[in-house]
Amino acid sequence: MNVRLSAVVLATFVLAACTGRTPIDAHATDAAPTPPAAAAQGTPAFAPPAEAAIPAGPYGDVVRLGREIFRHTRQNAPAYVGNGLNCVNCHLDAGRLADSSPLWGAYGMYPQYRKKNGHVNSYGERLQGCFMYSMNGKAPPLDDKVIVALETYSYWMAQGAPLGVKLPGAGYPKVPAPAKAPDYARGQAVFARDCALCHGADGQGQKVAGDYVFPPLWGPDSFNWGAGMHELDKAAAFIKANMPLGRGGMLNDQDAWDVAMFMDAHERPQDPRYGGDLAATRKAYHDTPMSLYGRRVNGRLLGSEPAR
Amino acid sequence: MRGKWMAWVAGGTLLAATWPVLAGSTGARALASEGNGRGAPPCQSCHGADGGGQEAAGFPRLAGLDAGYLAKQLADYAAGTRANAVMQPIARALSADERQAAAAYYSRLPVPMAPLPARPEATDGAGATLATRGRWSDRVPACEQCHGPGGVGVGAHFPPLAGQPAAYIAAQLKAWQQGTRRNDPLELMQHLSRALGAEDIEAVSRWFAAQPLPNGRSTP
Repeated sequence: MNVRLSAVVLATFVLAACTGRTPIDAHATDAAPTPPAAAAQGTPAFAPPAEAAIPAGPYGDVVRLGREIFRHTRQNAPAYVGNGLNCVNCHLDAGRLADSSPLWGAYGMYPQYRKKNGHVNSYGERLQGCFMYSMNGKAPPLDDKVIVALETYSYWMAQGAPLGVKLPGAGYPKVPAPAKAPDYARGQAVFARDCALCHGADGQGQKVAGDYVFPPLWGPDSFNWGAGMHELDKAAAFIKANMPLGRGGMLNDQDAWDVAMFMDAHERPQDPRYGGDLAATRKAYHDTPMSLYGRRVNGRLLGSEPAR
Repeated sequence: MRGKWMAWVAGGTLLAATWPVLAGSTGARALASEGNGRGAPPCQSCHGADGGGQEAAGFPRLAGLDAGYLAKQLADYAAGTRANAVMQPIARALSADERQAAAAYYSRLPVPMAPLPARPEATDGAGATLATRGRWSDRVPACEQCHGPGGVGVGAHFPPLAGQPAAYIAAQLKAWQQGTRRNDPLELMQHLSRALGAEDIEAVSRWFAAQPLPNGRSTP
């Protein structure tokens, strides 16, 4: 990253730190939406119902189907997944874990206006976005059993949660602006020290019997340039709270930003909204210092040679 | 002239590449069946002639495990980051080359046929839940998230749990808890094991001991 860009990025981090927008929604590539109601402060975290409480019968069957789609997305919704990921890779504990963008924290926030597409989105449309970007696949129709099951699972998990309230533990907790602008070389060192163990020295994950146990972080089988996780603040937030598995909070803030920058400075599948002009696509959808799409890092113009 | 020289170089490289492997496997077979005569008894006296381990005694299977994993364990026994009254003196009696050779030898042995458990483990019991879902309220990931589906093992750092003796798995979890084993990368096991109770350890060890491994080939 050149010096001028670093300065812009750092300035924006400081600015972002002052706006106090929290938490972060990682699938969205637009700015975090304004919560319709005041964030709940100091209240105990919402606890989703125990899985054993999923009822028997046709309703419970659909809840369970949604859970299995969420855990094994490639296996249970193959028509709509175009990479090596499953929902649960970024939403730990089958979408139940606080600070891991749990479904119970998202469900009650929709319908919601999103800058990403300029209209009010239903929860179902929001889920479609996950498939298009994070899963680098296709949007299931809103009445498809995949969307219905995921909606039903989310609704079941959110029962008893207030509507339109940003709950503690929703999204990923924002990481304070770093002292130094995120740096590729420092991030690479963090990656080698703390991430390569599971994600591999080349970031391509590890497979057993042809399927990923540890997900690929860039390249053809990872999320595409339209996914929220390609933005530095969202990636840093997820990483800080949740990585390595079982040791969330292990990295210091600077390490989290640096390694997020390292991950997001690699090629990945093209943004499906790409219209043939990288600069124009950046301007239309990624006009934020949090995105390296269309920027030159280490001599490579990111997004110009997307992974396939 | 140049072509002939190149052929010599190529031949020499080939010889250099194969020679230590051949030499290592001969030495390793003797180590396994006879020991090294300098304080290391034959590996097979505890781990079995086929490297399958001994269920009742809690001696683990070595056959088909990742060579890098096995070599690291021997080095860690020798260094003391994995404490064990039996294995530490043995590892220290082995030269670095012998440790590598033994690790390579066992990694290449096929996974022996294992008898099916008399009573299949419940798929919704406490052991299965910890293994497949974890207990995230205590920051315990599912074992499968690193050790692979059914605990078949992943790469050089996440060994197979499937089919290992329950007593062995339980002893390791307790060793992580107590700090007598502290050779885990990123201290992943030391951290998560602290959240486990005696019943958790018992249940999850029994569950993995009952999981099948593909027979006749090495761990994926």
